[in-house]
Amino acid sequence: MIDILNMSETSEYTEHVIVEDNRAIINVEGLHYRQLNALLRALSARGIKTIEIHNVYGQRYIGTGLKGTLDIKVYGIPGNDLGAFMNGQRIFVYGNTQDGCGNTMNDGLIVIYGSVGDVAGYAMRGGKIFIRDDAGFRVGVHMKEYRDKKPIIVIGGKTGDFLGEYMAGGIILVLNLRGKEHSMRFVGVGMHGGVIYVRGKAKHVGKEAKIADVNENDLHLIEGLLKEFSEYFNQDVNVKKIMECKFTKIVPFSHKPYGKLYG
Amino acid sequence: MYTERSRKNLYDDKIFSSCAIFGMINLKGERFTSKKPVRAVSCMRERGNGLGGGFAIYGIYPDFKDTYAFHVMYMNTRAKKRVERFLTRNFRTLLSEEIPTENSNVILDPPIFWRYFLEPLPPRLKDERADGDEYVVNKVMKINAKIRGAYVLSSGKDMGVFKGVGFPEDLAEFFRLDEYKGYMWICHARFPTNTPGWWGGAHPFNIVDWSVAHNGELSSYGTNRRYLEMHGYKCTMHTDTEVIAYAFDLLVRRHRIPVELAAKVLAPPYWEEIDAMEPRKRLMFMALRQVYQSLMMNGPFSVVVAHHGELIGLTDRKKLRPLVMGVEDNVLYISSEEAAIRFISPNLDKIMRPSGGEIIIGRLERSRVIEIPTFTRMVQIK
Amino acid sequence: MRSHLLPEYIVERDYTKCTRCKVCIEQCTYGVHYYNAVKDTIESKSERCVNCLRCVVFCPKETITIKRNLNNYRENYYWTQETITSIKRQAETGSAILAGMGCDKPYPVYWDKLLLNACQVTNPPIDPIREPIEIRTYLGRKPTKIELELNNEDISLETDLAPNLCVEVPILFAAMSYGAVNLNVHEALVRAAVECGTYFNCGEGGLHPNLRKYGNHIIVQVASGRFGVDLEYLNAGAAIEIKIGQGAKPGIGGHLPGEKVSEDIAMVRMIPAGTDALSPAPHHDIYSIEDLRQLIYALKEATEYMKPISVKIAAVHNSAAIASGIARAGADIIVIDGFRGSTGAAPRVIRDNVGIPIELALASVDQRLREEGIRDEVSIIASGGIRSSADVVKAIALGADAVYIGTAALVAMGCTLCQRCYTGKCPWGIATSNPEIAKRLDSDDAYRRVVNFMRAWSIEIKEMLGAMGIDSIESLRGNREQLRGVGLTERELRILGVKIAGE
Repeated sequence: MIDILNMSETSEYTEHVIVEDNRAIINVEGLHYRQLNALLRALSARGIKTIEIHNVYGQRYIGTGLKGTLDIKVYGIPGNDLGAFMNGQRIFVYGNTQDGCGNTMNDGLIVIYGSVGDVAGYAMRGGKIFIRDDAGFRVGVHMKEYRDKKPIIVIGGKTGDFLGEYMAGGIILVLNLRGKEHSMRFVGVGMHGGVIYVRGKAKHVGKEAKIADVNENDLHLIEGLLKEFSEYFNQDVNVKKIMECKFTKIVPFSHKPYGKLYG
Repeated sequence: MYTERSRKNLYDDKIFSSCAIFGMINLKGERFTSKKPVRAVSCMRERGNGLGGGFAIYGIYPDFKDTYAFHVMYMNTRAKKRVERFLTRNFRTLLSEEIPTENSNVILDPPIFWRYFLEPLPPRLKDERADGDEYVVNKVMKINAKIRGAYVLSSGKDMGVFKGVGFPEDLAEFFRLDEYKGYMWICHARFPTNTPGWWGGAHPFNIVDWSVAHNGELSSYGTNRRYLEMHGYKCTMHTDTEVIAYAFDLLVRRHRIPVELAAKVLAPPYWEEIDAMEPRKRLMFMALRQVYQSLMMNGPFSVVVAHHGELIGLTDRKKLRPLVMGVEDNVLYISSEEAAIRFISPNLDKIMRPSGGEIIIGRLERSRVIEIPTFTRMVQIK
Repeated sequence: MRSHLLPEYIVERDYTKCTRCKVCIEQCTYGVHYYNAVKDTIESKSERCVNCLRCVVFCPKETITIKRNLNNYRENYYWTQETITSIKRQAETGSAILAGMGCDKPYPVYWDKLLLNACQVTNPPIDPIREPIEIRTYLGRKPTKIELELNNEDISLETDLAPNLCVEVPILFAAMSYGAVNLNVHEALVRAAVECGTYFNCGEGGLHPNLRKYGNHIIVQVASGRFGVDLEYLNAGAAIEIKIGQGAKPGIGGHLPGEKVSEDIAMVRMIPAGTDALSPAPHHDIYSIEDLRQLIYALKEATEYMKPISVKIAAVHNSAAIASGIARAGADIIVIDGFRGSTGAAPRVIRDNVGIPIELALASVDQRLREEGIRDEVSIIASGGIRSSADVVKAIALGADAVYIGTAALVAMGCTLCQRCYTGKCPWGIATSNPEIAKRLDSDDAYRRVVNFMRAWSIEIKEMLGAMGIDSIESLRGNREQLRGVGLTERELRILGVKIAGE
């Protein structure tokens, strides 16, 4: 176990970490994820509020098991399960990330200045994930919500198949801003809660989901998310022009999609 | 410590592996050292558990370019004698020597590794009316099935497979891979859940110049194997990945199906997609799927496949395993994790994630380009 | 001659509940119940009861119980009730004893000794409700390889493919002749075949003109009696099946008694009404394998090579060698019918003693064809007592491309397996051509029941496939790895090509 509280004495790590007031900078090179995550926890316990981590190459579970407020800025490419089970912190990744981003996330914020891999936001229960570019397969599987705790995933580009599979709550917004025709299939299979908005058409929708009319509330919600998106990414996002586009809304048919299957 | 599985039971349990795969090709054909591939696969150490690793390297024997380079693993010296007798009867041996290895504290109890540079004996070849590759496949199957304690790890020209029990970085040291240069490398780190310690279970699997590294498990293994056995391929390595190498050999070399369509045999489009195609395409895909139904690979998989001139990446059609591809200058990288690519090449020109069932091909020479839009992404040489 | 035989069943009635509505009298076709006007009660002649349970199902007050007659011969493991009764009956009649449906004796059931795999951790199970699981398959001859044509950047198929049947679910409706069952049954089954995307085999009694419009979903049969076989008939269906044998009565012919040959049946079969319809034991033009080849090609010529030709054999001792011969003789589909298959009428000794279980026959045929390198050229359909979707999955894992179901389809419609089909008095309106009784089977109702149970089996098949981590039926075909045996000997495991559970 690493005792960072006495960091100046722990020469093993001083070369990796620089601390200034309530900020810290870590050079992750050569560190195993266990060491990195232990460092993050220790620094956070010391009252550090912002940590920059550099030369990240595939270290996993960054942002897992942390307490209190903390901003983590990641330079490099985080490994699988970034922000898994995260509980209220904020992570900013300046590049792409891999699979399992926001796995069972409870609260907090993840902003990816790039693309994510597969299985992002699996069983997400709260918090928000903003992705500037594309997402892979099986995004938002079994997202859930309770009362006013609603997880949100916003994707700037396109996503792969099985979006929102088994969704039980929450909001997914796919913006398709990079102009490529998306061909995602099996959208919303097994959906029994929550809502998915897609800018443009969604042709291949699972039989538990249906396409519904977009109303004022929906547009208001989408616009709000779009504004937040454009703030993070400083993009030339013409909110007004995009709001003029057609959005497709996908919702579940019922909360009991499998009534007649077993008996 | 390893135990060789009993020969009696060819239908032994297959070894599942959860792993890391990596491939790298210099599209101009320029040969490079082990530094980058080994660094990349060591970055994905988390995916393996040190009980298997391996490399297939292409372009390593320029002085013996036109002969078949057999890498053979022997569990005992008797097997070696029997194989060498067999080889003398069937091939002209230009050179035979032990594959140089380094003593290692971490690679324990290794088998014996030899390599032979062979040419099929002309009269035998004529007798059997086979071309060189077909002849070699036949002889390799015989050795693996009939000579106890001997396994041909690779049998292609100007290439070789180095693999075994250990972390890939340690095996790279053991086999002294820093002394080789090749224009294409594929690597594998293994996480076996059955019979750890079986040297033959490591990837890549090879037949002539086809090599495969695989992440996943084939639920269709029983079907695939029985079909391939009907066509003369013997499955002796107790690992499901073996069938992928043979499948490519059968489809591409024997049956002359272009590699893009061979990928569509392994990961076919859904029937509902086929039904919606225009008539000529529909007929072709229906035929492929019907005729080669037993070669469909079911279960999650991502594979990196190499043969002279091409590096191929493919996932199952539901994309249950990760695969990422990156390009920098003239080099194509294919990897289970993007981190591994960035680790050795932080500034990529392009990074792409193929969709489920979508094939990536890096071609050395553009001799005949069959581009089937929406099924292939070609990587251009600048 | 005085009969020494005892009634098999005793009819008991709860007179406190019986309201004398007389539904039981109407419904029973065996004349068991009658109204005693003097006593104003309904009484029953138990000796006539066959335990078809029609009256029990239809009685509005649930007053009737059918019990096994407690007057049994002394318990004897060897000289069973049935054995003794049969001898006594034969002593009185001098005839072979007939039976309907399939063998009911306690021979080993190999389906029940095979268990299926499921994926855990190393491979994910697939959820059929969310993710696509494909159970479509194509039946017919396939080439070993295909030729492709390359034109600049375009690629297309050069090989001509032989005709194949496309089935959306790997279950077809087995042959039950028009005469063994009535037109309502045929109509219900063919409509169900259309709805489910599969095929209905019309059996050896010819194809009724009313059903010709469903031709695309019908397999017509050419059996030894060649009933109703003309050029139009051959071209009416999507495929032609040469019936060499049947699992329930291998090696013997068929016999439809004259009483069951109504005007309509006579028209379709092209024999005079009221005459017995006899099917000879062999095709009298097939005495050796080369004769079979001759007939196969005769049929191919007659239909201009546009229909797959199937050959159906009963599962017997050297099925593997026979199947190999059939494949080389040019058949596109081979049907193997195990000894548990059903029939409208067969001598009981044949039904219960001749033939072998489909599980073993299928395994050995599949293995033999692979050893000879010809397995993928033909399709194999297994039949003979497929009782559930689990049997279907196991059959495919053993090597079948698809299965035929007969008994199960009839049970869905109402059959209770009382085994008296040969009497022509089927109270459920299935195995009878008596128009008064046949009309009880509403073909629309029957169609809906069959479609329902096919849907249920499809769901179950997908669940089992998903559990095995397989999303397409072609990856299950012949995949013995997915099976394990329990309670089987070494030899049995070897013939089935299956490992023991635990390995």
